[in-house]
Amino acid sequence: MTVVRHGFLGALSPGHRDRLVAFARDVSFAGGTRIFEEDGVADRFWIIRSGLVALDVHVPGRRAAVVETLGKGDLLGWSWLFEPYRWHLGAQTRSAVLASEFDAERVRAACEEDPVFGLAVTHCVAQVIARRLKSTRTRLLDLYGPADGGETG
Amino acid sequence: MTVPVPYRVTGREAETPDTTTVVLEPVQTALQPFTPGQFAMVYAFGVGDIPLSVCAIDGHRLTHTVRTVGAISGALHALRPGETVGVRGPFGTGWELSAAAGLDLLVVAGGIGLAPLRPLVRDALAAPERYGRLNVLIGAREPGDLLYSEEVRGWQAAARVLTTVDRPDAQWQGEVGVVTTLLDRAAFDPQTAAAFICGPEPMIRATAGELVHHGVDPDRVRVSLERNMHCATAHCGHCQLGPLLLCRDGPVVTWTQAQPLLMVREL
Repeated sequence: MTVVRHGFLGALSPGHRDRLVAFARDVSFAGGTRIFEEDGVADRFWIIRSGLVALDVHVPGRRAAVVETLGKGDLLGWSWLFEPYRWHLGAQTRSAVLASEFDAERVRAACEEDPVFGLAVTHCVAQVIARRLKSTRTRLLDLYGPADGGETG
Repeated sequence: MTVPVPYRVTGREAETPDTTTVVLEPVQTALQPFTPGQFAMVYAFGVGDIPLSVCAIDGHRLTHTVRTVGAISGALHALRPGETVGVRGPFGTGWELSAAAGLDLLVVAGGIGLAPLRPLVRDALAAPERYGRLNVLIGAREPGDLLYSEEVRGWQAAARVLTTVDRPDAQWQGEVGVVTTLLDRAAFDPQTAAAFICGPEPMIRATAGELVHHGVDPDRVRVSLERNMHCATAHCGHCQLGPLLLCRDGPVVTWTQAQPLLMVREL
């Protein structure tokens, strides 16, 4: 079992990290693999060890719109932690991906059983959600457009 | 030099449909040497002048990248080899790369903000023994907006170069998201890192804030700010930001200086 120690896992204390890692199994996906679909059952989650995964939104009549990519150390999927346990987005690999896969039900049960561990995991997932929300809001500013439409160089 | 001197266009390369890099050489008198981060006022005869950062410095030759957003930049964008412009400068503060000796470097560019950072990257690549790890993080609105693609590919041999776009097209297979998300993939020690950021103000604020949150000393975060520069000689006041006249005291300032000023409404 090889799990990265930075990114999502790096935010956990060593004890909680080891406890969470005990639930993981190694998986690999070929490039172009659809890992999950929007509104599908969120019964697993992953921590990416290598490769790139694109998160996308279904747009009727058009190809799915990619909204963000995730890479090494990133948490793939947080919908498993909150009801109704359905994916908000779809996910597809952009390259070959190695990841640690976690069974959501088992991790949720462990969180219920040990509230301190549960709080630590929830806190880390919440941090991920907060950062992605912040990124999304920043994108709404049209981040790279001219600040005032004036002459710039 | 506060009076424009004639420079002739000796080279022109289209970067994107609305962005062009022009190479200028003095017709007779040459301006004083520029340093990375400084800017020139480039005058399209009969139209007006705008500030343009130097994106390459080679002796007395000046290179600028200009994106069409108005009448003056449109006129400069349309320049052809052999035509002349008026140039004043050098103006403003530079990046002061030498102050980052021994530190990991984070160069973060948003959109056309890569232009003034390019000579800094070139200087860092030319003297790798002076610095720690070099990270170049580039964000753009769309793949077609990315500048200097071929040269940037070449940087990858000696630097960690990461690129992301906001709006991918069907061909784009790289990263998608704001440039701040690339900070997690950069290789740097926050305690011994220096950052150089240029891009639109929302991008600067988001990036500098994230770096300081990571633990980078705000005195080691340098940002390039733009305001309405007209005279470039600290007289007209158009570029005032609080106590700073950015044409003289900027455009490059530390985040310690910039952060409180950028948080004041209507300043």
